[in-house]
Amino acid sequence: MNIDLSRRGFLRLAGAGVAATSLGAMGFGEAEAAEAAHVRAFKLATTTETRNTCPYCSVACGVIMYSRGDVKAGETAELIHIEGDVDHPTNRGTLCPKGAALKDFVKAPLRLTQPRHRAAGASDFQPITWDEALDKIARALKDDRDANMVQVNENGVPVNRWTTTGFLAASATTNETAWLTYKTVRSMGIVGFDNQARV
Amino acid sequence: MTNSWTDIKNTDLVVVMGGNAAEAHPCGFKWVTEAKAARGAKLIVVDPRYTRTASVSDYYAPIRPGSDIAFLMGVIRWCIENDKVQWDYVRHFTNAAFLVKDEFGWADGLFTGYDEERRDYDKDSWDYKIGEDGFAEIDPTLQDPRCVWNLLKAHVDPYTPEFVENVCGTPKDRFLTICEMIGECSTPTKTMTSMYALGWTQHSKGAQNIRGMAMLQLILGNIGVRGGGMNALRGHSNIQGLTDIGLMSNLIPGYLNIPTESEPDWQSYMSSRRFAPLRPGQTSYWQNYEKFMVSFMKAMWGDAATAQNDWAYHYLPKLDVPAYDGMRMFELMNHGQVNLYFCQGFNPLLAFPDRAKLTEAFSKLKMLVVMDPLKTETSHFWQNHGIYNDVDPASIQTEVLELPTTCFAEDEGALVNSGRWLQWHWPGATPPGEAKHDTWIMAQIWTRVRQLYQDEGGVFPDPILNLSWDYADPGDPKAEELAREMNGRALETVRDPDDPTRVIAEPGQQLSGFGELRDDGSTMAGCWIYTGSWTEDGNMMARRDNNDPDDTGAYLNWAFSWPANRRILYNRASADLQGRPWDPSRKLLEWNGERWEGYDVPDIPPTSRPEDVGPFIMNPEGSSRLFSRGMMRDGPFPAHMEPFESPMANVFNPKMRGNPVARVFAADAERFATSEEFPLVATSYRLTEHFHYWTKHNPVNAALQPEFFVEISEELAAEKGIAKGGRVRIWGKRGQVWAKAVVTKRIRPLTCDGKTVHVVGIPLHWGFMGSARKGWGPNSLTPFVGDANVETPEFKAFLVNIEPASEEPVA
Repeated sequence: MNIDLSRRGFLRLAGAGVAATSLGAMGFGEAEAAEAAHVRAFKLATTTETRNTCPYCSVACGVIMYSRGDVKAGETAELIHIEGDVDHPTNRGTLCPKGAALKDFVKAPLRLTQPRHRAAGASDFQPITWDEALDKIARALKDDRDANMVQVNENGVPVNRWTTTGFLAASATTNETAWLTYKTVRSMGIVGFDNQARV
Repeated sequence: MTNSWTDIKNTDLVVVMGGNAAEAHPCGFKWVTEAKAARGAKLIVVDPRYTRTASVSDYYAPIRPGSDIAFLMGVIRWCIENDKVQWDYVRHFTNAAFLVKDEFGWADGLFTGYDEERRDYDKDSWDYKIGEDGFAEIDPTLQDPRCVWNLLKAHVDPYTPEFVENVCGTPKDRFLTICEMIGECSTPTKTMTSMYALGWTQHSKGAQNIRGMAMLQLILGNIGVRGGGMNALRGHSNIQGLTDIGLMSNLIPGYLNIPTESEPDWQSYMSSRRFAPLRPGQTSYWQNYEKFMVSFMKAMWGDAATAQNDWAYHYLPKLDVPAYDGMRMFELMNHGQVNLYFCQGFNPLLAFPDRAKLTEAFSKLKMLVVMDPLKTETSHFWQNHGIYNDVDPASIQTEVLELPTTCFAEDEGALVNSGRWLQWHWPGATPPGEAKHDTWIMAQIWTRVRQLYQDEGGVFPDPILNLSWDYADPGDPKAEELAREMNGRALETVRDPDDPTRVIAEPGQQLSGFGELRDDGSTMAGCWIYTGSWTEDGNMMARRDNNDPDDTGAYLNWAFSWPANRRILYNRASADLQGRPWDPSRKLLEWNGERWEGYDVPDIPPTSRPEDVGPFIMNPEGSSRLFSRGMMRDGPFPAHMEPFESPMANVFNPKMRGNPVARVFAADAERFATSEEFPLVATSYRLTEHFHYWTKHNPVNAALQPEFFVEISEELAAEKGIAKGGRVRIWGKRGQVWAKAVVTKRIRPLTCDGKTVHVVGIPLHWGFMGSARKGWGPNSLTPFVGDANVETPEFKAFLVNIEPASEEPVA
């Protein structure tokens, strides 16, 4: 029996701890099979691979993320490794000093994990629930818009602009976030709208 | 970028000026290495610092920050004088032959029509002579003294090598060697590429820096060809996308415009956007503006946008100023005129200029909402961090909400790279704690505001109540739903205008290209340039076929490139007037007698005859512009202007400060330094180990570059008594910072206007949050003024002073 095994395919088979019969099928004798059986499993063999692109500069290098668990299958997934995507035409598997350390950005010590509120004059943040935070924001938007929406200018021309609230959009969010943000901001009449393109 | 990262391998000469790709875009820069290794391409670097890009260059020249226009006009002058011009390209594909109004001129550093009071030009004279037939007049022989070519020759005449040396500090012999290297690319079979970044944009005349190089590239015939182009290396992963989708004060997705209050109705808005061709038979593709605009209005307001109500035009805000850009908003905030401000994945306390002013401005807000994966300086602007953020929290009455968002690893959607590729990505990790997708947060905010208007009524609720929100879960729209909406679909049956029996799309079907968009309300598309990205065949952005026939670098089946999956813009210009490739070994497109065919999607209607239709179909001229008419506020040609803070007066007009039409707020004008007070020129820059203010949160990168430093020459260190690695104080008109001194040979003093000019390099990666040591960014020092056209702040040239400081006090 002649099995053409790639390196990764081999590691996947071996690392998954399959029975010695499989190892036999791979062309090992009994002694080698016994040896292979207690070799530590390849760390990435049981992970889910997901294609992504680096969020830093505009080269947009392809990356492969390795996680324990599959987000798409509704599981909790923990990211354990990121490497360059060798199939990607731009970076062909390479990464720079920033991209190579991407995993530690995802797991940065100062990642935010809960909504927080800082009251006027307070010396620190306090936790707040999402519902409370979002209701507070919606209330503030409605009140400021109703109070300050400029419906017509001094010449009576309808202008419907709102200048007392502003929105700075991001530089690394998806197009889809951008479009939803655009709809939200524009439908309210906010004109103080900008993104990071200038800086 | 007009071209793509992978196309750089096709070049013969790379000019990196206004950027530092080896450090800031390392994996893209590998294509420069590839061109050098495989084609024998050369690399020129012009930069105030001997950067890591310079260290692998074939030729390097220093330049004083903020003097790039003088250098570029000098190169153009040299090319014209030495006949290094791709004549067929210039004659047929540029507006060199167009005649300009007799009133137009330039003197004392200013073009005709300057109004000092308004700091603006009357641009009437900056235009073509229009004949009785309604078309622009031309002289194909280029003999007429009023043709663009002769005006350009006159315009660049002062920029002699001696002038360049005096203003830029670039030694004459170095400048001339670079001219000769560039001049070789004027043949049809040699191309040069320009790779630039914020080193060109962050000036009060940044857009004119780029114009200067674009003109040079046209003169050399290098636009639209493989290995050529104007390649803006965008700083962030999706700043291209955010700009495409119009997240700016004055934009509508796909580079359409928010109306001004001088356009109170649809008719007045459209009247200046008909874009009739300026020469016979030209495409003038913007004639389709109304189709894109109506499709956008239908995407926004669906059935509430009708022909009868001018597509709900009254729902759109009307601007009274060119834009409420970031700096204008901080100015208004500082005057107490802004109550509520949102920062979505953006850290303006470090990213905008004059940090003291920003802190003051934020302190006057009622509420600041920050959505970010990280704890940023902006969300903590009110918190005392000793000398690094010396504020009194008790006196700051701003309420702050800090909302945790997901990052790339946890979300799904497309980012647009510098080469305009929309690449889809998938989530591979569960968000930490209660972090949420930005889409969820925006939908939650919006649906709650809508609910309040439904419950309570209020001021002009119509655009909110009638906004299309057709998502399976209104509180959590999915990436696919949003992407499909941007692409657009048919609302009614769309038929072929040439053959009405042929149905292009049935109602509800996704459209396959923007040529299918209509101005009668039968189509919708959120962003017309993305039409074709999610068709009836599925998600084109998720394509992963990396096959590249004949190794051209095009990768047509990898992801989706806007517009229309085109990889090189203006690619029809890669062939001569008869449609034959200028360089057969680098064919991109060819006219086969009936249609255009080749390796890329033609940037011209595929059956347009080469002799009849010019390659620059977006321009009503059909040609590119060496003379940009009244399109830019500060001139139809780039003219040398000094930075607002400069070590020398403008040699054309000593009374002129900075860009004469840049917007300057009154209080900021008083905070500009003079070289008498602050003799040193400073410039900001990035390091390869860090990305902006993000990676200081990453322990790995924080360890690689742990501490804020500034870079100075050995000569300046000796003059000021600064030791290598010693602590220094750097201060300017608006603030002060302390840093380690890196004393280096990479920066050398320049001689400009007969004086020694020292340059101080200030990297931008430190703040008071994260894993690295606390520090500052250059924005504690930089002036609050931006480019006259686009308000990009002048971060790359300003004045400071430096002195040795005692070691850090123990807190």
